[in-house]
Amino acid sequence: MSSNDSVISSTVPSSPITSRRVVITGMGAVSPFGPSVTELERGLRAGESAVRYHHEMTEIHGLRSLVAAKVVGIDPKQIARKHRRSMSKMSIYAALAAQEALAQAGVDVEMCRSGRLGVSLGSTVGSTEVSQAFFEDYLYDHSLERMKTTLFFQLMNHSCAANVAQTYEINGRILAPSAACATGSQALGYGYEMIVAGYQDMMLCGGADELHPLTTATFDVMHAASTAYNERPQLTPRPFDSQRDGMVCGEGSGVLLLESLDSALLRGATIHGEVIGFATLSDSTSIANPNTSMMAKCMRQALADAGIDAETVDYVNAHATATAQGDIAESQAIAEVFGEGAAVSSLKGHLGHTMAASGALETIATIGMLRDGHLVPTLHLDQVDPQCADLNYVRQPQQKNIQIALKNNFALGGVNTSLILRRYTSD
Amino acid sequence: MTEQQMITIINDALVEEFELDADEMQPELSIYDDLGLDSLDTVDMVIVLEGAFKFKIREEAEIKEIRTLGDIHEFVKRKLAAEVN
Repeated sequence: MSSNDSVISSTVPSSPITSRRVVITGMGAVSPFGPSVTELERGLRAGESAVRYHHEMTEIHGLRSLVAAKVVGIDPKQIARKHRRSMSKMSIYAALAAQEALAQAGVDVEMCRSGRLGVSLGSTVGSTEVSQAFFEDYLYDHSLERMKTTLFFQLMNHSCAANVAQTYEINGRILAPSAACATGSQALGYGYEMIVAGYQDMMLCGGADELHPLTTATFDVMHAASTAYNERPQLTPRPFDSQRDGMVCGEGSGVLLLESLDSALLRGATIHGEVIGFATLSDSTSIANPNTSMMAKCMRQALADAGIDAETVDYVNAHATATAQGDIAESQAIAEVFGEGAAVSSLKGHLGHTMAASGALETIATIGMLRDGHLVPTLHLDQVDPQCADLNYVRQPQQKNIQIALKNNFALGGVNTSLILRRYTSD
Repeated sequence: MTEQQMITIINDALVEEFELDADEMQPELSIYDDLGLDSLDTVDMVIVLEGAFKFKIREEAEIKEIRTLGDIHEFVKRKLAAEVN
């Protein structure tokens, strides 16, 4: 083999094989608790609420829900202008979270350029804020003469994935799944499958979203947003609780570096956890309403993908957004699959619903729980709604040695996802 | 408008749009090599200048010849003078 051949062989993606183990070697979070995984875990474990009342939302006619969980404490100028100019807020969140994940994983620019690393990162929609700014200007005189060249890059559906790849010079595959509230976990699942199949050795996976009043309005018009706690914002949302009245929208980004076990071991990376199963399906019974049997079906498919029995799952991190129908349906589905065995909690009470970011941020938190043997309870779960199924609800922080967790996300549009995560042990 | 006022308007607009250092806006600087602009930026630069001076310059062939900050100053100066005449 000539020296040229060896250079080429080290820079092309590996050939597809099957059934490789996939581990997590890096995590990054931009959340309503702050700009790092440390801040995310601190807020969750302190039992804090990131939900606040936002007076500016009173200026929007017809909006009844005036609470939200917004990102705090970031510095967008950490990203060079050359890259930031094509970013809306959601891409900035994604780029900062990706930066943290890559740094933690010890992935350098050479690995980014190798073609072995891809990106699977999505959002629910393109930036509404950028769209609004453009159309406000355009509709003034129907002129396009003030339109900047970077507008499209901030608006395109794969803006987050493309901007992250550009910023860190990632040359592998790009996926930009968009499945509303299941986007983050679907992106993780598709990234996992990409590695399992051998098309990539590493995938930078997750979701991002930025909050706009229209996001809240979307749920408010469906009577799915919390409206009764505007004067007591830190008591809502209340997953599974009898006094819940809907979800609270949030924003942020969670990004995880998934990697084949072989690759992680070869380069001596610290392994934080393992992804051992994934399932996603289309619930065609309704574009809006949750369906218990289709939720249960998704969880069972994920268990089958992992090759494990339901009894081995110690903890379920629920989607549970605190809507009337969703929590009941999910609790019944969890009961159908796990009975009262697995411990169950939702993190929406702390973080609100961070939309496309939620699957990734909540997976990061779940990996931390597996690693540290610590269960975060559902915030504000004072009295379980009698219509919700009897489950092993986590009501207080618990130190418990857990090995396997299932992470649910269910989205408008009928997209169900379940990930199976395992505490990593070297034997 | 004095020439210095015109230069100030140009420099301020470019500093804001491209996050440049206001203290280093020397006319001999290359807009590409020194100020770090690229092809997308130069299109947006035209839009910024049109907004600042309320004129239309995007179809002007001379724009393609601009290399330095001083070239921009001279171009805008000629354009404003032409409008007065």
